[in-house]
Order: sequence, then C-alpha cells, then structure tokens
Amino acid sequence: MSKEYDTGDGVIRALDGVSLDLDDGEFLSIVGPSGCGKSTLMLIAAGLVPATSGTVTIGVTPVSRPVTNAGIAFQDATLYEWRRVLENVLLPVEIQRRDLKPFRRRARELLAMVGMADFERKYPFQLSGGMRQRVALCRALIHDPPLLLMDEPFGALDALSREQLNLELQDLWQQNRKTVLLITHSIQEAVFLSDRVAVMSPRPGRIAEIVAIDLPRPRTFDLIEAPEFGRYSRRIREVFASWGVFARGPERQAPARAR
Amino acid sequence: MMAPAAPSVRRRRRPNFAVYVYPVVTVAVLFVVWELLARAGYFPRYILPAPTGIAARFVQFKGLIARELLVTMEETLVGFALSVVFGIPLAMALCASRTFNCAVYPLLIGSQVVPKVALAPLFLLWFGFGLTSKALIVFLVAFFPIVVDTIVGLSSTEPGKLYVARAAGATPLQLFWRVRLPNALPAIFGGMKVAITLAVVGAIVGDFIAAENGIGRLLLSANGNMDTELLFAAILALIAAGIVLFLLMEAVEKLALPWHISQRRDGSGAAP
Repeated sequence: MSKEYDTGDGVIRALDGVSLDLDDGEFLSIVGPSGCGKSTLMLIAAGLVPATSGTVTIGVTPVSRPVTNAGIAFQDATLYEWRRVLENVLLPVEIQRRDLKPFRRRARELLAMVGMADFERKYPFQLSGGMRQRVALCRALIHDPPLLLMDEPFGALDALSREQLNLELQDLWQQNRKTVLLITHSIQEAVFLSDRVAVMSPRPGRIAEIVAIDLPRPRTFDLIEAPEFGRYSRRIREVFASWGVFARGPERQAPARAR
Repeated sequence: MMAPAAPSVRRRRRPNFAVYVYPVVTVAVLFVVWELLARAGYFPRYILPAPTGIAARFVQFKGLIARELLVTMEETLVGFALSVVFGIPLAMALCASRTFNCAVYPLLIGSQVVPKVALAPLFLLWFGFGLTSKALIVFLVAFFPIVVDTIVGLSSTEPGKLYVARAAGATPLQLFWRVRLPNALPAIFGGMKVAITLAVVGAIVGDFIAAENGIGRLLLSANGNMDTELLFAAILALIAAGIVLFLLMEAVEKLALPWHISQRRDGSGAAP
C-alpha cells in the first residue's frame, strides 16, 4: 500500500508533500506537534476527506471514496448514545448488512478481551471514558477490517488507563496482525506500539523522518526503562528539536502545545 | 480528564418528596392568599372571585366545561399531529436539499411572522367552522418549533460519528437513518414539547375566532356574561389539560429516549 498526499485546507496548507507507505500488517505511528495535520492525514488515508492533490492507493486501487472496510477510532469515542454497548460494537457489521449472528459472538469475545464483558447492555452515558474507548476499539475491530486507523484513541484518558489500553491494543494486534495507522502525540506510546514511527514537522506537516523501531514483541512496560527504548525516544525528540518544536521564545517556529 | 473507574451508573432513587411537595405547597399558599384577598372585600366578585366560588361554579358546570374542553383538546391534538407528520419530513427535506431550502425557507419564515390571529378568519372562510379550520390554525402555530428543532438536531451530528459509519461503507441513506436521525431525536422531542404547549394556544385562537364551540368560546361567553367565576373555572381546566398534555409528551420522550443524558438521575441531567 502506498500513499501520497499534498493537501491544503482552505488557505491553510495542512500537509505539504507528505508521502508515506504502509506495509501489509505493519503497525505505523505518526507523531507530531499539535496542528501539524496528522489527523487530516488519517482522514485522507481513510478516504473520508479528499486530498487537494495527490493520491491514496490501496494495493493498486486509488482511494477516492471512503475505504469501506477500515476500522476507525478517534480521541472522542464517538459512540452512538442511543445504542447499547453491544449494538455500538455491531454497528459496522450492520452497515455492511452482514449476518449479525456470528458477529454477536465475536463482539462478546472482543468485549471480554478488553474487560467489558459485563457491560454489553449499558448505554454509553453509563460508562467511564476509558470504558467508552474500549468499546470504540471493539467497534473498530468487529468487522475484521484489514486496516485500522486510530486518531489519538487514548488521548483523553488518564495515564493508567492509557498504558493499560496500550497493552490491550498490542495483544489485539498480535492476534490479528492488521495494518495499523496510529496518530498520537505521545512519543512513548508510538515507540512502545509501532514497527515504524513517522515523525511529522510542524505545519505545514511533512514527514520529517521515519524511525524503525526494532524491539522484540510482545513488549512490556519494563522495556520503557531499557536503553534501546530511550534511544528511540531520544531520536524522535531530536527530530522535533531540529524543527524548533521545543524552542522557547523568539526562535520558536511553531506552537508546540504537547500536552 | 476522566476517572478510570465507572461513574456510579444509576444512583438509587432518593424518595423524591421535594419534586411533589414544593409545587403543591406553592399552589396551596397561592390559593389561600387569593381566597383571603377575595374575601377581604376590596374587589367585586366579577373582578376577583374567590377560589371556593370558582370551585363551586366548576362543579356546577363540569359537564359543560368537560364537553367544551374535549372539543378544544381534539383540535389541539389533531393540529399537533399534523405538525409532527408534516414538520419533521419538511425539516428533513430542508436539510437534504439546498435548492428546496432556498425555495421554501422564505415562505416558512413568512408563515411565522404573520400573526396567526390575522389568518384565522381566512381559514374559517376557506374551511368552515368545523375541526378542519381550527386544526389548521393549530398546525400553523405548532409546526414551526418542530421544524426548527429538527433542523438543528439533524445538522448538529458530530463529524466523528459520521466518519465511523462512512469508514464501514455507509450509504447516505444509512447515514441518515442510523446516525443523523437518532442523533436528532432529543432536539426533535424538544421541539415537540414546545409545540404541544403552543398547540393549545392555537386551538384557543381558533375557538375565539369561530366562536362556535370549544373552551375558547366558553371563555368568551363567560366573559360576556361577567361570569368571572366560570371564566376562571374554564381557564383552570385549560391549564390542567395543558399540563397533562405536556406531561404525556414528556412520558413519550422518556420511553423513546432511554439513553438520553436528561434521563440521568445523578443531578447532571435536566430532568428531576
């Protein structure tokens, strides 16, 4: 799968000559400062937002309409408040008009895998933020999409839930080996989960560097203390620094509101 | 930002005395003060009759009041039903087609800036003194909030909710039925709650102009006879009926939207 984009959002040039290839079954993260266009990049990749110029291709087929078989998750869980947990998870299957029966079992399995087995009859308003995000993750995986697109899926969570879900996501991925595009501003999360990390520059966003993460899996959080892990994190910080992301005062080139 | 633990899902309902006791006490105090004021002798009976006198008149004329109220309620409900049946699809069409929107919107606004009382005689001329003309007046008053709120609801769908469905390959029709419409339901019900109260006003306007039957006509004739006690009795019956209609509407809303934030009982929702 290969993609090329070059897009402007109105007069704002959000992405500038971004070119990125995703291999089959690869886990690729994109890290970048706020406002660098990484979310736009994901929406373009999903065919949900048109690129101003350039193309997205899956295999050899250009994507002009939404990719009809991608799983997608956002920072806000975007659950449908009027559906119970199980019905939310089953949404993509319903939309694809497939037989619900086998998927109901699969939905329960997925929910159980993220510790939500007892919550299938609840409405979203009865769940905590972390629980909602778990449901959103199950929904993104229910129809077994070959491509999983995630935009800051854990960005709104507290640190503990976030690490917990990082581990759960790694488990899910190791069992299914989907192609994953994860947008994040957490360097640690990117290094921990990815095969490769694409580092984006401030706006207009470009791919500044692609860092291949060669760490054994399954990765555990002990690994974060390891020197190799630190080396990768440092490398990514260096790229940001060279773009002035961490600069203060007058030499600061772009707002870096890394939370 | 969010706690890792689940918020307590539905707190045990406290015995909700306040909800019932406070309004009852307020109304009781109001009636007592009113009674004392009326009996003090400052005002003649046709200006301020005592609540007890009104109650007596109500009992005396309860058959008549009930009959006329029933007529007015029929007008109200038929007109309200028309508002829902035409208002919601109209709002959908306005949202779906820009051309239709441009063509019809000025007309819609025009129908609302003209005072409905001014149109009522015309309706009577066209459709006679029966139910039709009055239901149409009710419709004219009540459909607008339904249209406006439905449009607000339909056009305020979070992009993320649509992206999720589109990424799974949703057709425009699926997006509408599975995302936009359910997402708009709370707003639509909001519009219907406003509409049901306005519908009663519309029905009374119709009664006034046609002056043939209905509680509006009873108000007029009681007024003409300086029978202020009957006037008040009819008004209070009308208020009671209006409240019942509103509560019915809320009950339907509760049944239809068990998932909505207003159903929470932990104080974060609007409902008591």
